[in-house]
Amino acid sequence: MAADFAHRAHDALNNPQLRRNFRRAMDGLMAKRAVQFADQGDWTKLRARGAAIKARALARLPDLLEEFERKATANGIHVHWAETTADANRIVLEILTAHDAKRVIKGKSMVSEEMHLNAHLHAHGIAAVESDLGEYIIQLAGEAPSHIVMPCIHKDKGEIAQLFTDNIKDQPYTEDVDALTAAARTVLRQQFAAADAGLSGANFLVAETGSLVLIENEGNGRLSTTLPPLHIAVTGIEKLVEKLDDVAPLLALLPRSATGQPITTYVNMITGSRKTEELDGPRQVHLVLLDNGRSRVYADAQLRDTLRCIRCGACMNHCPVYARVGGHTYGSVYPGPIGKILTPQLAGLDCAGDLPHASTLCNACVEVCPVQIPIADILVRLRTEAAEPSASPAVKGGGGGGSVVENTVWRGWTAMHANPAAYALATRALALLGNFIPAAAPLLKQWTTMRSKPKFAGKSLHQLARDKGFDHE
Amino acid sequence: MSDARAAILSRLRAAPQLAPPEYPDWQPPRFGNRLERFRIMLEAVHGEVYEVAADQWRERLRAILSAKGVNKVMAAPHLGVDWPEILAYDRPVEDLKELLVDGIDAAVTTTRGAIAETGTLVLWPDVDEPRLLSLLPPIHVALLNQADIADTLAEMMTAQNWAATMPTNVLLISGPSKTADIEQTLAYGVHGPKQLIVLVLQS
Repeated sequence: MAADFAHRAHDALNNPQLRRNFRRAMDGLMAKRAVQFADQGDWTKLRARGAAIKARALARLPDLLEEFERKATANGIHVHWAETTADANRIVLEILTAHDAKRVIKGKSMVSEEMHLNAHLHAHGIAAVESDLGEYIIQLAGEAPSHIVMPCIHKDKGEIAQLFTDNIKDQPYTEDVDALTAAARTVLRQQFAAADAGLSGANFLVAETGSLVLIENEGNGRLSTTLPPLHIAVTGIEKLVEKLDDVAPLLALLPRSATGQPITTYVNMITGSRKTEELDGPRQVHLVLLDNGRSRVYADAQLRDTLRCIRCGACMNHCPVYARVGGHTYGSVYPGPIGKILTPQLAGLDCAGDLPHASTLCNACVEVCPVQIPIADILVRLRTEAAEPSASPAVKGGGGGGSVVENTVWRGWTAMHANPAAYALATRALALLGNFIPAAAPLLKQWTTMRSKPKFAGKSLHQLARDKGFDHE
Repeated sequence: MSDARAAILSRLRAAPQLAPPEYPDWQPPRFGNRLERFRIMLEAVHGEVYEVAADQWRERLRAILSAKGVNKVMAAPHLGVDWPEILAYDRPVEDLKELLVDGIDAAVTTTRGAIAETGTLVLWPDVDEPRLLSLLPPIHVALLNQADIADTLAEMMTAQNWAATMPTNVLLISGPSKTADIEQTLAYGVHGPKQLIVLVLQS
């Protein structure tokens, strides 16, 4: 699914409009985040707390899932478990069918993107309308999100104005953002009122209270989970936290990391369906817990850190690769650095094995991650998992052995560095002959088509050091 | 479905056991003047904050609503809001949907308190003030007792022992509904209220 990153990256790099849209957006998001975490001392303490909260929850994950299920069920929430996205789609469809629901209004949910839920419902005669403005725009365009927090970041207002004129009845062409927003409000208000069911994700699940926590700015999440008579939430099994008190530090990290806001406009904590005396809220609330490979990620002590992610998107906002190629280049639901470690683990290294290589390992993502996920270490680990043959690989689709030529070169490289005599011989040989290797030589070609060929120095560093009088330093 | 549950849990239990780390030290911040911090933070996101003596908020509310050219106002009857066209959310949403979706100009609600750090209102919707009251009308007026402003969410949750008493829905509201999905340009009122007005009742 995500194969051929290189070709898509080439196209993206030659698209000046896309480059402009992403550069402007990423610069803005980075600047806003930096203001929020201006005090390094506070930031360091807060993110250590955030990382510990998620690591604690993961350490007790199976117990917490059971505790959550018990509490949520007691609150009147129906809890479902899905091994695969196909299972999750089937469960959602069954619930909707049982309620004879034909029209679904959706709040923003990345897990529903992971499930390709809209297409599944459409195939069964159920219309699912996205209500987050960005998601609504890309649904009109028939596209996938290019950023996990700001899904239509790749589009400028001219493209959006044209989409609205083409798709909304009597909508005149305007690039005025307030007018475009008002047009979407009018259309979607009617969709909310007519919907038989609302669908959402969840940012956190609180085991202690059986609560779902959803954050958003627009109110579409609140509407989707309150106005229709039926609410279905879909989320990954890794969203658990132990205690309600854990939510406050995570809320202090997530919106500030994501968009540089101190808090989102709305934080919505749902602890049950409508009680007899209450006048609104859904009469039934369902939650689908999705595995889809997460339990396999969990099985490896190092890779497990991937599951700490709270989906803020700061890693992609700060990624020099993402900023230049955009989200669609990754060919997967989760783009950017987190996508580069999550997608190959969920989909398999045999499908998405090029993603861990789409990185310079510059560590910018690691520095801004609010839950301290060692993304660069995991990228290296995934490269190794793909290259080393194994009958029982730790990562799905791994252990294939990689390219024979590449592995041979690296073995030679390793041997050279492990043996001083071989190292001295090789560096001397390259100093003498290296500059005669043509730029178009196999292996070298991939580097030199975009860059100057490196020039070999006449003397190695060791020789230079010896000349200066250092020995065995 | 129960098969999926058993399979997922057994895979998780078969994974290596890692000791849960201790919570590292972290203290939520404190603010000398909570009202001032609350006002600065909420005004920064387009909220309006007015301080008013506790026995004069009805007059102030009437003046604000008049200035905004409001007609239909919805509020819980026990608040005693003084307004010509006042309605109550006194039936299930199914019977009020049309009016709520497109017929009310402003809603007035109480609040459980507020959070100074982020300029956030805390609402626990109930029978008198259901969940959609603070969401569907284009103007939301919230009444806040100054004494109920806490420093942080962390402090309020712990002090009030929320974990033992969570209602069906808890709402934190920090400003009017907004979006920046089109070229990161802020626009207000995309789905919820376009205006959020807070009357801080002074003790």
